[in-house]
Amino acid sequence: MTVSSANHLFRKFKSLAMNAVCIGCALLVILPLAVILFYLIRKGASSLNWAFFTGLPKSAGSVGGGMGNAIVGTLELLAIASIIGVPIGVLGGVYLSEYGGERINGWIRFWADVLNGVPSIVWGMVAWALVVVPMKGFSAWAGGLALGFIMIPLVLRTTEEILVLVPRSYREAALALGLPQWKTITRIVLPTALRGIITGVLLAMGRVAGETAPLLFTAFGNDYWNRHLSQPIAALPLQVFKYAISPYDDWIRQAWAGALVLVIMTFLLSAGVRLFSGSRFQKNT
Amino acid sequence: MEVETAPTPVAAGLVSGQARSGSRWADRAFHWLCLLAALAVGVLLVLVLWQLLKGSHLSIVSFGWKFFTSTVWNPVTKQFGALPAIFGTVVSSIIALLIAVPLSVGTAIYLTDLAPLRLRQPLTSLIEMLAAVPSVVWGLWGVFVLVPVLRATLFPWLQKGLGFLPLFQGPIYGIGLLTSGIILAIMILPIVTSVSREVLRSVPNLQREAAYALGATRWEVTRIAVLSYARRGLFGAAILGLGRALGETMAVTMVIGNTPFIGLSLFHPGSTLASVIANEFTEADTDLYLSSLFQLGLVLLGVTILVNILAQVMVRAFTTAETRRVA
Repeated sequence: MTVSSANHLFRKFKSLAMNAVCIGCALLVILPLAVILFYLIRKGASSLNWAFFTGLPKSAGSVGGGMGNAIVGTLELLAIASIIGVPIGVLGGVYLSEYGGERINGWIRFWADVLNGVPSIVWGMVAWALVVVPMKGFSAWAGGLALGFIMIPLVLRTTEEILVLVPRSYREAALALGLPQWKTITRIVLPTALRGIITGVLLAMGRVAGETAPLLFTAFGNDYWNRHLSQPIAALPLQVFKYAISPYDDWIRQAWAGALVLVIMTFLLSAGVRLFSGSRFQKNT
Repeated sequence: MEVETAPTPVAAGLVSGQARSGSRWADRAFHWLCLLAALAVGVLLVLVLWQLLKGSHLSIVSFGWKFFTSTVWNPVTKQFGALPAIFGTVVSSIIALLIAVPLSVGTAIYLTDLAPLRLRQPLTSLIEMLAAVPSVVWGLWGVFVLVPVLRATLFPWLQKGLGFLPLFQGPIYGIGLLTSGIILAIMILPIVTSVSREVLRSVPNLQREAAYALGATRWEVTRIAVLSYARRGLFGAAILGLGRALGETMAVTMVIGNTPFIGLSLFHPGSTLASVIANEFTEADTDLYLSSLFQLGLVLLGVTILVNILAQVMVRAFTTAETRRVA
């Protein structure tokens, strides 16, 4: 009797101990977020001023200057990437949800998930071979293309997942009224799912906004305002990288500020996601 | 879910049969447009493989299989072997998995079975925020915060306590394989956690209830009914994390030291496939050099594709479609 109750006590104790271990794991997983935010604010916030957002980088070693061109450059690159990634991704998602048979859909999903796992630096190499080599120079086009490649599978998968949530009765009602299928899709299905689709696009933009590796030898970086998309363009993550590995204190200080702005940008994009995901066809995850 | 929402063929057929020929044409054009967009995914995959194969042609012809066995990577003498980079990639990724998988699975258990309901959503959101921190920011933090801390505390302790193992011998630089592994671990925590969580959530509650009914404690329920049931899905989550770790570039480039190295000391600087490409691509001054870098990219692509296919198969066998959005 005593043995079994001692055993029982031990089992209960073990259970509690393992619960504590799991709580500890959760805390350890959250810890890096707290730590990185702490350091970004502590080391970066003091360097944020008007000149940082509007100015150009100063030459090596001299104090001051800003990342205005890099911030604008990142926005331009995101725009190019979206022009490439969003139409292909959304239309592909439409195909999966509205047209495709089970078998072809299975393959396309599979390919999309495989593409999703391709390291981002590889996309940089592809964009380099496709754009930089023929155009004989680094350019905003090349950087935007590399980011656009990354966006395609992301947008495609989220679009499909949102579209299948649109009730079938909507489509049937439209078709019964004599609307051709393409109009049913563009006038009824897509507008109904619009918020969800925008959510997916914002998520994809947030994912590529911080990408540095695919830009290293495509967008390349630029210390001036970019005038033509066929020329090298500055980007915030590139500038952070360049400054972070430099030996100059002022550049390193600015790298922290740039990193803070970059993180705020990606968080704002995901905050935008939360704003849009109030739609009733959005799953609560 | 997907079957249910496919447009009914009868209705679609009736309408297009009665519609004017103009809209029938438009219908067909739109269908083709969407098909093309969907097929673009396959085209992209072929394109990536083709471009990397084309780029590495010269290197493949010049070195053959020796590319994979040569331990020398020296642009000056034009000797290019992939082994040091492969070694660094594998070692740093394994370290990352060893750290990240237990933490992630523990967190996933907490999030699905233990945490108070009102805490679950906020915690999940925090983990998603962690995933949104860009690689280059981790690199910056790694260089200026993590490296000095590790150099001053953890690494000397490890050397003192476990210094009899060759793994923890040798000079401590701060940057190196172990540091990269730790940074990688932090970076793959969110993905491994969120996929593990989906896997655990898809374990039927009946499993848990049956174990409770047999008088199991909470932990015994988790161990017997949940973890053993979800084993394969969790393995898939870990492999997915591995895929991420293998291809991660910026943070690793900034803390690994970028020295071709094969050896036992985890404190030693090294290099990975991605870090060599990131570091040397714009410096490649000969065709052979560039081509060798492309072949490193090809190796990286091949390995990550294989790893991801394996992970997809394992996770897919386990959960439903909505899981993979996070992946």
